[in-house]
Amino acid sequence: MSTKSIKEMGWDELVIGAAVYSFEGTINYNVAEVLPEDRHYAETNSKMAYVGDWRVFKPVWNSELCIDCQNCWLYCPDTSIISRDKKMVGVDYDHCKGCGICVEVCPTNPKSLLMFAEQIKNEEALTQWPEKTKGE
Amino acid sequence: MNKKIMDIDSVEVWDGNMAAAQALRQADVDVVAAYPITPSTPTVENYAGFHANGYVDGEFVMVESEHAAMSACVGAAAAGGRVATATSSQGFALMIEVLYQASGMRLPITLVQVNRALAAPLNVNGDHSDMYLGRDSGWINTCAFSPQEAYDLTLCSFKIGEHLDVRLPVIVNQDGFMTSHTAQNVITLDDETADKFVGPYKQVNAMLDFSKPVTHGVQTEENWHFEHKAKQHAALMASTKVIDEVFAEFEKVSGRKYNRLETYKMEDAEVAIVALGTTYESAQLAADKMRAQGIKAGVVAPRVLRPFPLEELAATLQNVKAIACMDRSAPGGTVGALYNEVCGALFNTPARPVVSNIIYGLGGRDMTIATLCEIYAELDKDAKSGKRNGALQRFVGVRGPELSFYNK
Repeated sequence: MSTKSIKEMGWDELVIGAAVYSFEGTINYNVAEVLPEDRHYAETNSKMAYVGDWRVFKPVWNSELCIDCQNCWLYCPDTSIISRDKKMVGVDYDHCKGCGICVEVCPTNPKSLLMFAEQIKNEEALTQWPEKTKGE
Repeated sequence: MNKKIMDIDSVEVWDGNMAAAQALRQADVDVVAAYPITPSTPTVENYAGFHANGYVDGEFVMVESEHAAMSACVGAAAAGGRVATATSSQGFALMIEVLYQASGMRLPITLVQVNRALAAPLNVNGDHSDMYLGRDSGWINTCAFSPQEAYDLTLCSFKIGEHLDVRLPVIVNQDGFMTSHTAQNVITLDDETADKFVGPYKQVNAMLDFSKPVTHGVQTEENWHFEHKAKQHAALMASTKVIDEVFAEFEKVSGRKYNRLETYKMEDAEVAIVALGTTYESAQLAADKMRAQGIKAGVVAPRVLRPFPLEELAATLQNVKAIACMDRSAPGGTVGALYNEVCGALFNTPARPVVSNIIYGLGGRDMTIATLCEIYAELDKDAKSGKRNGALQRFVGVRGPELSFYNK
């Protein structure tokens, strides 16, 4: 594989068919056993692309209500829920598209994840949390 | 090579569909995903029969549509397998968006296309509407004019498309019914010779290669799309070298020589017909008749429609005085494609022949030797007077008053 950045490549240097590699080097180990922060992602991996500006609404996580059930982590279609040792850590705002599925699947009352407008600061959002709803 | 060898004679009586199916079997394809459609159904049916009887080691996938067929082919090719399918007409039309995926993703796939008219009105017979529909899809397009050629070119298609300098999908065209359902003698290669000729499949960025995880079918916006399309076109243009090499290699094993541009008696021709499909053979018979009358007639047929043999065509036609470009496809509001291609090829050369465009044979309407002789007689008139005597575009073989366009 070329050491040149894909951003500098001319038509003759690109990989045919716009195929993009996920990792640097040869994978002769189990990637699943390596934490994301320790993986050798290739430049062409979507991990390296910032797409946070696609969002209009963002999920805000309230750690005080969260029961670490992992529903959000399991259901997130963009692997943008960060969890370590089955404990919720937070939201990867570089890749979250604001789809709201994590909020939908959150089982607590009130929810531990709620959607807020992108421009509202998280600290501010946490002060606007709703009360527990009754009789459902 | 498939584990079970089929004992075939050195000469078999096969129609174009059986010839193509046998070539697919001998090429030891990993995945054939197909949805049957007239007149290419027997290609798939014969192949499925081989598979059911244990002659095919690879997978045969029955899908729910042609869109799914080509999608499955793209998936299997990206995974790293040798892949093929067959279709016609409406089925080809339904594949179109995925055809562009296949070529853009640089996946070698063989598509046996039995040419048939596009509806409406619905028609199952042979014309070149579907071939023309796929002209810009980025696939290599080869044209077989007989069952023998369908067999030969299908075997060649894998070797061309899979070549490391090419990595592009290949369409092998043949005329619906005229070729696909007309049984003729086909000189065969035995399974071992065919297998050795096609050779083993070479993987490139296969998704099933877990040592190098890869994503296929990505999005490239204004910052990369142009470069990738440029690279794709460069590969398509450069494939001429590989096509020539494969044809030369095929001649060594079979004794049959193919050229990217086929010509008949063009060395001294003063009038020429440019055509595709079975008309090439009919026009040869007509040319011989005209030569017996002292008219120096010749025939030209692109064996490879894409990449287009522009320079070869221009060279062949340099000394010709009158040319009829025969398009077997409704031209949709302009001159036929062959007319444009031929004029485009000649425009930057000294040659200034009289060129006319004939639309013929739509929906399987026969083109006879007698009509081709009439066309040559018209060309002879044009050649002798140095100008067009009829309209630029004429519909030949249609009932009713003369239908012609661009008469000025």
